[in-house]
Amino acid sequence: MNDRRPRRLLAWLGLGYAFLYAPILVLILFSFNESRLVTVWAGFSTRWYAELARNERIIDAALLSLSVAVVSASLATVLGGLAGLALGRCGRFPLRIAFAALLIAPLVMPEVITGLSQLLLFVTLEGAFGWPSERGFATIVIAHATFSLAYVALVVEARLAGLDPALEEAAADLGARPLWAFAGVTLPLIAPALVAGWLLAFTLSLDDLVIASFVTGPGATTLPMVVFSSIRLGLSPQINALAALFVLMALLVVGAAGWLIGRQRRIAAV
Amino acid sequence: MIGHRARAVVIGIPLVWLALFFLAPFAVVLWISLSQAVDAQPPYVPALELGRAGISFRGTLDSYRLLLDDDLYVAAYANSVRIALTSTAICLLIGYPMAYAIVRTGPAWRGPLLMLVVLPFWTSFLVRVYAWMTLLRPTGTINQALLALGLVAEPLPLSANEFAVHLGIVYSYLPFMVLPLYATLERLDRELLEAAADLGCRPWRAFLSVTLPLSLPGVIAGALLVFIPAVGEFVIPDLLGGSDTPMIGRVLWAEFFSNRDWPAASALAVVTLFVLAGPIALFQHLAARPGGRGRP
Repeated sequence: MNDRRPRRLLAWLGLGYAFLYAPILVLILFSFNESRLVTVWAGFSTRWYAELARNERIIDAALLSLSVAVVSASLATVLGGLAGLALGRCGRFPLRIAFAALLIAPLVMPEVITGLSQLLLFVTLEGAFGWPSERGFATIVIAHATFSLAYVALVVEARLAGLDPALEEAAADLGARPLWAFAGVTLPLIAPALVAGWLLAFTLSLDDLVIASFVTGPGATTLPMVVFSSIRLGLSPQINALAALFVLMALLVVGAAGWLIGRQRRIAAV
Repeated sequence: MIGHRARAVVIGIPLVWLALFFLAPFAVVLWISLSQAVDAQPPYVPALELGRAGISFRGTLDSYRLLLDDDLYVAAYANSVRIALTSTAICLLIGYPMAYAIVRTGPAWRGPLLMLVVLPFWTSFLVRVYAWMTLLRPTGTINQALLALGLVAEPLPLSANEFAVHLGIVYSYLPFMVLPLYATLERLDRELLEAAADLGCRPWRAFLSVTLPLSLPGVIAGALLVFIPAVGEFVIPDLLGGSDTPMIGRVLWAEFFSNRDWPAASALAVVTLFVLAGPIALFQHLAARPGGRGRP
C-alpha cells in the first residue's frame, strides 16, 4: 500500500487529539491567570488556587462529593463484581438476556430520565413505607451505585474471560470448598479488575450533576451542583483552578486504573 | 463450577437491585404521568385512590394532551432528535478515521493512543463544557484571538446557538464513537485487506467494499452510544445553547425544577423513552451478545 494515506490518516488523528485536548489545556492555562477575566492573559499567578482553598462552599461540597463517591463506588464494586461473576461464571441461566440488558441500559439512558424516575421512586417509597425519610447522601449513593455498577461488571467480566477456568477447577478438584476456592483463587485473580472498577465508579460519581440534582434533598449539595450554579452565572477563574485540579485527579485515577488493567493483561499473557 | 445457592446469590442480588432501583422507577414515572398536577407536596394527586367507597381511578391524560397541544414540546422533540442525529454523523466522520488510524499504527502504539482518546472522558464532563464556554463566548479566547489578529471586525456569534450545542455534543461524546469503532476495526482480519490488494483492488475500493461493511457493527454501536444520551442531553444545551432551540432534556428539567409540574415532566420522560425505545433495544441487543461490548 502506498505511504501517503497513512500519513494523511495520522495527520487527521493528530487534529483529533488537538480537538480533544486544546480546550482543556487553555482552561488550565487560564487558571494561572492574574486577571479576573478568564479569557484575557494578564500574567502568571496562583491566587485563584489560594481563593479556592478558602472557599468554604466549594470545600464542603467537595467533601460531600468525595464521601458519596467513596461509598457509592464501594457499593457498585460489590454489586458490579457479583454481576460480573454472574455473566462470566454462571454460564447460561434463565434470565441471562434480561439480566445483561438491564445491566447495560443505564449506560445509555439519558440522565434526566434516570434522575427523574429514581427521584419519583424515592418519593413513592417514602409515601408508602416512610423510607427514605429524607433525601440527600443515601439517595445519591443509591442512584450513583446503580449506574456505575455496570462499568464494574464489564471490567470484571472482561477479566474473567481472560482467566483460565482450570485454576478454579483445580482448587475445587483438590477439595477446596466453593467459598474457599472463591476467596483463595478467584478473588485474588479478579482483584485488579475490582480496584480498576472501583476507581471508574468513583470518578463517575464525582462527575455526576444531573442525577444527583434530581435525587438530592435540601442541604446536600455536591461539587458539580456548586460548579454548575456558579458557571450558569458567569465564568470564574476559581472554576478554572478547580477544573485544573479535576483534570489532575482524573489523570491520577485513570493512570492507576490503566496501570492495573495493563498489568493484569501482562500477567494473564504470561 | 458455582453451586446452586451461590449462583442464586451472585445473580439474584444485582438483579434485584437493578429491578428495584432502575426498572421500578420507570413504572413509577408512567404512573405519575397519569396523575393530576396540584400545588401541594408532593405536587400531584395519585391516579388511584383507596377511599371509603373502594378504589377510585382519578388518572388523567392531561399531561399528554398538554405535550401535544403546545408547539414548544413538539419542537423540543424534533430539535433533540435532529441535533442528536447530526452530531452523531459528525462524530462518525471525525471518529472513524481516528479509530482507523489508531489500528493502522500497529500493536505497540494502539494502547497508548486509545488511552489518549478515552482520557478526556474521565475528566469532569462539566469541566469540558465549561472549557468550551470560555472559548466560544463573544469575549472568549477564540474571539479575542481573531480580533487581535484583525481577522474579524467584531466577535463571531459562536455560542448560545445550535453550532455550540453540536460542538459540545461532538466534543463530549467523541470517545464513545471511537472506542467501539476501534474494537471492531482491530478485530478485522488484515489478511482480508491484503487479499483484496493482491487481487488488484485499489486501497479505496478495498476500504469501501471490505473494511467499511465489516466494521458496520462498530459504526452502529458507536452511533447508538452517541445518539441515545445526546437526545436527552441537558447540560450542553443549557450551557452552550440559545433560548431559541428548546431541547427535550432542558424542557424536562425546567418542567420539573422551575414549574414543579411532576406529571408533565413524567409524561415528557415517558414520551422520550418511547422515542428512544427502538435505539435502546438495538443497543442492548448488540451489547448483550457474547463478545459484543458497547463501552470499555
